[in-house]
Amino acid sequence: MIEHFLVGFALLLGLSGGYLIASTRWRGKRSEQPQQVHQILLPFTGTEISRRALDAALRLAKAEQATLMPAYLAAVPKQLPLECAIPAEAAKAMPMLEAIEQRATGQGVPVDARVERGRSYRHALSRLLDHESFDRVVVSATSTGAAGFSGDDLVWLLDKAPAEVLILRPGPEDHRVLTA
Amino acid sequence: MDRGHYKIFLGMAAGVGKTYRMLQEGHAEAAAGKDVAIGYLEPHKRQETSDQARGLEVVPRRSVAHREVEVEEMDLPGVLSRRPDLALIDELAHSNPPGLEHGKRFEDIADVLAAGIDVFSTVNVQHLESLNDRVAELTGVRVRETVPDSVLGTADEVVLIDLTPEALVARLRAGKIYPGENIQAALDNFFRIENLAALREVSLRQVAEEVESKRLTLHVPEPLGTREERVAAEVPRAVGERLLALVRPQPSSQRLVRRAWRSAQRLGTDLDLLWVKPPGKPIEGDVERQVTALRQLASVLGATLLIEEHDDLVAAVARVVRERGSTYLMVGESLPRRGLGRLREPLPQRLMKATPAGVDVRIVAHRGGREEDG
Repeated sequence: MIEHFLVGFALLLGLSGGYLIASTRWRGKRSEQPQQVHQILLPFTGTEISRRALDAALRLAKAEQATLMPAYLAAVPKQLPLECAIPAEAAKAMPMLEAIEQRATGQGVPVDARVERGRSYRHALSRLLDHESFDRVVVSATSTGAAGFSGDDLVWLLDKAPAEVLILRPGPEDHRVLTA
Repeated sequence: MDRGHYKIFLGMAAGVGKTYRMLQEGHAEAAAGKDVAIGYLEPHKRQETSDQARGLEVVPRRSVAHREVEVEEMDLPGVLSRRPDLALIDELAHSNPPGLEHGKRFEDIADVLAAGIDVFSTVNVQHLESLNDRVAELTGVRVRETVPDSVLGTADEVVLIDLTPEALVARLRAGKIYPGENIQAALDNFFRIENLAALREVSLRQVAEEVESKRLTLHVPEPLGTREERVAAEVPRAVGERLLALVRPQPSSQRLVRRAWRSAQRLGTDLDLLWVKPPGKPIEGDVERQVTALRQLASVLGATLLIEEHDDLVAAVARVVRERGSTYLMVGESLPRRGLGRLREPLPQRLMKATPAGVDVRIVAHRGGREEDG
C-alpha cells in the first residue's frame, strides 16, 4: 500500500517538475521572439502609390495582424501657415486614402490613415515620426523618384525612423500604381 | 450726424470691371442730382476706365515722401473739406505710407463715412483676410495688402462684379487689363482659367454668405420663453447647407469624415465634426491618439471638430444641430441591435425626431465590420 503511495507521489513529483521545466523553457523561448508588430506605416505623396509597396505592406500587415497606417504627405507652400487647411491637397489625398482602405479592407487588414503637413515631404515625414508610433515603415525606392522620396530622403529615413524600414528596390512592376 | 451709405464693388481679380462699374454708378448718381467727387482713382493705365472717369470732379491727390520717392495718395483732409454727397474711393485694401492719418485706406473711408459722406469703393476677393490663405493655395499667389473681413460687413451694399474666366482672359488678351508686354506672363501665372474659376467660386460664395448674414441680422426674432425655444428661433435659416458628421475616436470614423467632406465640397458648404464624449471618461491612450488624428484631419480639411461631453447622444446632437444651423447630418452605420436594444428606436430615427424639421440624416455604411450604436 505504502509502496503504491510512494510510486504515485514520485510520479506526481516527476510530472510537476517536468511541467515546470517545460513552461520555463517555453516562456524563455517566447521572450526571445521578436516584438509583435502593431502598426505599419506606408507614407506616400501625390495621386498614385506603388502597387508593389502597397501589396508588400498589406501582406506584412496581414501576416502580422498589424494595422496599416497609410500616410499622405503634403508639402505646404512657405507663404501659407503650416497648420492651414489645404483643400487642394486634401482633394488628392482623400480619394487615395479611400482606394487604399478599400484594398486593405478587401484583404481583412485594418487601416488607420493619416494626412501630415510639412514644408517638404521629408519635413512632413519627420513630423509624423515625432508624434506617431509604428513598428515598421514600407517605402518604395522607384528609379524615377515618382513616389516623392529621393535617395537622400530614404537614407534620412533609415537614420531617423525609430522602426524597421523596408525599402523596396526598383522593380519591373513599378509602372503598376494604385490611383484613386 | 448719420453715417454715409457704403457700397463696395467686389471682384474676383483685377480687370473684371469694378472701378468701371463704380464710375458708371457715380455718373448715374450725379445725373440724379447728387454731388459726386472722385476721392481716389487708380485707372491702371486702362483707357476705358480713364474715359469713364471723365466728367466727374476729382479731389486732387497729395504727394507723400516714402523711401526717398514721392508717391501720390488720397488726400483724406481734402475729401473731408470738399464734402461731396458721394465720394468714389478706389482700392480700399491699399496700405498708406507711414505718416498719414491711417495705415490703411479702408480706415480713411471709415472717417469719410463718419462725416456723413456716402462712399463707393472697390476690392478684390483675395484681399480679404480669411480668404487670403485659401486664394494663395488655389492660385499660388499671395497678396500682401489684406483687410479684415469685417470691412465687408460694414458695407450697406456689396456688389459682386462677376465675369466668366473666359471673358476675363479675352479682356486680358485684348490688352484691356495690362499692357502688351505683360499679357503672356499674366496668362501663364495668375490669369489661368482654373485659377480664375476658383476665384470666381470664392467670390460668389463670399457674397452669398454676406447676403445671408445680413438677412439674419435684419430678421432677429423676438425672444421666446425657454432656452430651447430661443435657440430654435435663432437657428440660422441657411440658404445653403451645413454638414454635421458624428464621429468617434476610432480609425473607422475617418471614412465617414472623408465622405462628409466630399459631400461638403459638392454642396460648397462648411463641415462640422462632432464627438459626443461620455461624461467623466478621460481622453488618454488610444482615444487621445485618435482624437489627435481626427483633429489633424479636420484641420487639413478646413472642418471644425467639436467635442461635447454629454450622456445623451441624441440630445447633444440636437443641441449642436440647432446651434450650428446644420441642415445635413451624417452618421456611421450602427451595430445590429440585440436583446432589449431591439425595443429601442434606431439612432437615425431618434435623431430625426430630435432635430429641427428639414434636417436630413444620412447613414454612411461601414466598410469593414459593424460599429456600435452611439
